[in-house]
Amino acid sequence: MVDLILTQTLNGLASASSLFLVASGLSIIFGVTRIVNFAHGSLYMLGAYLAWTLVSAFGAAEPLGFWGGVVLAALLVGLLGVVIEVLVLRRIYQAPELFQLLATFGVVLMLQDLALATWGPEDKLGPRAPGLKSFVILFDNRFPTYELFLIAVGPLVLLILWLLFQKTRWGTLVRAATQDREMVGALGVNQRLLFTSVFAFGSMLAGLGGALQLPREAVNLHMDLSMISEVFVVVVVGGLGSVTGAYLAAVLIGILHAFGILIFPKITLVLVFLVMAVVLVVKPYGLMGKAPIGGARGHGPAEPLLLPADKLTKLAGLIALLLLVLAPLVAPDHILLTLTELVIFALFAASLHFMMGPGGMASFGHAAYFGLGAYGAALAVKWLGASMEPALIFAPFLAGIAGVVFGWFCVRLSGVYLAMLTLAFAQIAWATAFQWVELTGGDNGILGVWPSAWAVSKTGFYYLALGICVLAILALRLTIFSPLGYALRAGRDNPLRAEAIGLDVMRIQWVAFAVAAFAAGIAGALFAFFKGSVFPTYMAIPRSVDALLMVLLGGVQTVAGPVIGAFAYAGLSEQLMKATMYWRFGLGLSIVLLVILFPRGLVGASLMLRERWTRRPEPAARVAVEGGR
Amino acid sequence: MTIDRRSLLAGASAGAALIAAPALVRAQGAGPIKVGEINSYTAQPAFLKPYRQGWELALEQINAAGGALGRKIETIFRDDGGKPEDAVRHAGDLINAEKVDLLSGGFLSNVGLAIADFAAQNKRLYVASEPLSDAVVWAKGNRYTFRLRPSTYMQAAMLVEEAAKLPAKKWALVAPNYEYGQSGVKWFKELLKKAKPDVEFVAEQFPALGRIDAGATVQALEASKPDAIFNVTFGADLSNFVRQGNTRGLFEGRAVVSMLTGEPEYLDPLGAEAPVGWIVTGYPHADIQTPEHVKFRDAYKAKFNDYPRLGSVVGFDTMNSIAAGLAKAGSTDNEKLVDAMKGLKFPSAFGQAEYRAIDHQSTLGAFVGKTAVKDGKGVMVDWRYADGAKYLPSDAEVKTLRPAG
Repeated sequence: MVDLILTQTLNGLASASSLFLVASGLSIIFGVTRIVNFAHGSLYMLGAYLAWTLVSAFGAAEPLGFWGGVVLAALLVGLLGVVIEVLVLRRIYQAPELFQLLATFGVVLMLQDLALATWGPEDKLGPRAPGLKSFVILFDNRFPTYELFLIAVGPLVLLILWLLFQKTRWGTLVRAATQDREMVGALGVNQRLLFTSVFAFGSMLAGLGGALQLPREAVNLHMDLSMISEVFVVVVVGGLGSVTGAYLAAVLIGILHAFGILIFPKITLVLVFLVMAVVLVVKPYGLMGKAPIGGARGHGPAEPLLLPADKLTKLAGLIALLLLVLAPLVAPDHILLTLTELVIFALFAASLHFMMGPGGMASFGHAAYFGLGAYGAALAVKWLGASMEPALIFAPFLAGIAGVVFGWFCVRLSGVYLAMLTLAFAQIAWATAFQWVELTGGDNGILGVWPSAWAVSKTGFYYLALGICVLAILALRLTIFSPLGYALRAGRDNPLRAEAIGLDVMRIQWVAFAVAAFAAGIAGALFAFFKGSVFPTYMAIPRSVDALLMVLLGGVQTVAGPVIGAFAYAGLSEQLMKATMYWRFGLGLSIVLLVILFPRGLVGASLMLRERWTRRPEPAARVAVEGGR
Repeated sequence: MTIDRRSLLAGASAGAALIAAPALVRAQGAGPIKVGEINSYTAQPAFLKPYRQGWELALEQINAAGGALGRKIETIFRDDGGKPEDAVRHAGDLINAEKVDLLSGGFLSNVGLAIADFAAQNKRLYVASEPLSDAVVWAKGNRYTFRLRPSTYMQAAMLVEEAAKLPAKKWALVAPNYEYGQSGVKWFKELLKKAKPDVEFVAEQFPALGRIDAGATVQALEASKPDAIFNVTFGADLSNFVRQGNTRGLFEGRAVVSMLTGEPEYLDPLGAEAPVGWIVTGYPHADIQTPEHVKFRDAYKAKFNDYPRLGSVVGFDTMNSIAAGLAKAGSTDNEKLVDAMKGLKFPSAFGQAEYRAIDHQSTLGAFVGKTAVKDGKGVMVDWRYADGAKYLPSDAEVKTLRPAG
């Protein structure tokens, strides 16, 4: 038994090293540029693929061929980092934080298809490392020498990073920028060069992490996303920007995996997210993280004042609604199906916008409430024998209650940490749906969730969805301009002042969280009856990302933004998916271009255009807001 | 018995043309017959690229021989990205906008189940090519859904037959943590216990799909000191498991029984490190010399300059079975088509197979053999063809498993 414990500890440490390499890169990049680089997992994957190609070309049997290939692969990935930074990120440092996340997500999609086109669909099992092919006997077990080597790599890289950051000028600048970026800029440091070099360095670490996996893991096209979710956990648990914290967290997660499978072989899916949730609840900035200086608010331009739509916009909205109501008269069935889906997504996006825009709480896990709404409906049908109408009423409450519970923990945090905690809760909800086979049918889902007879026809269900979604969106809009909404925005813009005038900011945010969850639940329940079935994928990470994309594409600043974003994004991805097998590249490219061209979202861009067109003087109210911050 | 596919099709379509009479053909529209094919092309490219190629080969041959019912067959491919809800959206779009005559495809079990439920709701034939879940034809089976590939149950039954011959008493199990892995383990345990009541199962590992922590998993299995191991992992998980297991000596002196590992999709990436002596189901493409397979393989190599994978066979057979169904039904009317599919005998690359009338499962089999390494590549040796018809429960049991009848 002791042998097993010791060996599993070593196994955990070996996995921790590769996690650490990728996580440290991500952490350093975040520290300086405040960008949460979604594409970091893709850089890791490319490191592995490039190493495979180079090592095969140089000859895997020769030490020089192998190690030369590994190092060159890491350097090439660093170079790619430069390209990404210069072409994409440099243009959007001034955009709101989440926009940058969106852009890096676009890069993820593009790199996925590039890797598929370059290396083909088959997994590549790399060669073993020369000199480290065999094993040693440790604790009566055979233990691979390469794993021992990896165990040493982690602390070694940590040491090198420490020296780099403590003893070189570049390292000092990086540390300074991590603490106070504006100040570093004000002191005359070339920020462009610093940002590019930091991004390249972080990318190189990811590439090295990937390249070193070559003798250990088959290189495949799913490495990127499976790595990035794990690395997010590591970085957040360790504390964003802290390299030592990243190492500690990587070891924690690695060891947790190694022992988790001994004790709970079936819940490995959720174990890491449980740990992340616990850490964030107990230590809101991670194990080694510090509260950001000068409040958690980002560096983007101040949010413009949210004003009720003027007459012209209201008229446009009314016309759009009228068109939607009249659509079934002319549109063929398949257009109606698409419209139904878009209308449901519009509510989903609007519910996320409610907490993200006025609430200032970006959620990475909004799909949880969408999914819980869907499961609420399906469970009511399956286990309670309910028909559609009571199921539709019951379902949002399941999502709302989850919102109340999860929200209580989440509103205690802010910024990226809040986002990560929502992600953790979403993953826990997802794993429950996936794992609790008796209740939820596991990944095979629940089938036969069809609407009542009167709503079975495509037109009938369309009107049902349209009616409910429009009412819900209007209710959300009304709330934004109600006292609750104003209080919420006050809490977002200046929590201290809001507290000072007697607003209980946390409590208001908590209410907003629950309302957003409830509204997402309505969308989920409609979606369940629309599709006729529910699956754990409804609350998986990609669905949360979809919601974020819709809101951001439309623009966070306006109430109409998310609705338009939902139509634009869902419509675009559907058309692309139909048109080409390389739709991910097309979608990724569109996202990147949209982010660069419209850094305030589609609606934000059109508003700016209109403002420029009418050449109105800056509204006094806005100036007052800007001045007041 | 062998049937030349081309002559069968030619004969069938000629026969259909005779019976159906030109007027009727015109009444149904002289345009092509449309098949809506939905699959996880981007999410599972390793299997589905060969699948699509096999499909296109069959389609080309069928259309060169005059198509079905005197009309060409056309396929509209759609990518579901591995998400059941997107598959359902495509299904709706294919039926309403593209006016396809029938649906096919599905790789993941939940995608297959979602399309099957949609098909039943919309009364449309759905030929599930790949999803292995038993629920597709049993627990959630419906009138409109037929499945081509040998199911999880059948693959497990084929392997249990061999596993029961081993002296091993203590078994350790490892499977990916989702429905396929769980039911693979469930059937293996149940059937092996029936065949050999004195076996015990000493360890179970369920790594997350695509995320195996191979070193730790191998160590956990090793710690239970089993006599033999049953493996359900595949793809990258399998590669990582094999490499760690080889280095750590997990497989030495132990029998290993493994699902799907003999399929080129999963065996080839392992190269010279392919395990030796594992009992597997798979597809020894280079060594099958039956006339129908040689013909298929030659045509495939000529068209794509590559050897066929199992996916190629599944794509090829699915298309051919659809064409045979159309010919037998003499119509694209879905009710007639479904009736024709019941008990339909169709030519496959592995010989003739049949969609059973009782549960809509095809009798297509799989090859059971041992793995070996030859010229630095994994191959299957000592293999035999296990006819799917022999590895299904009795009719009475099937009736209890399939409430839909």
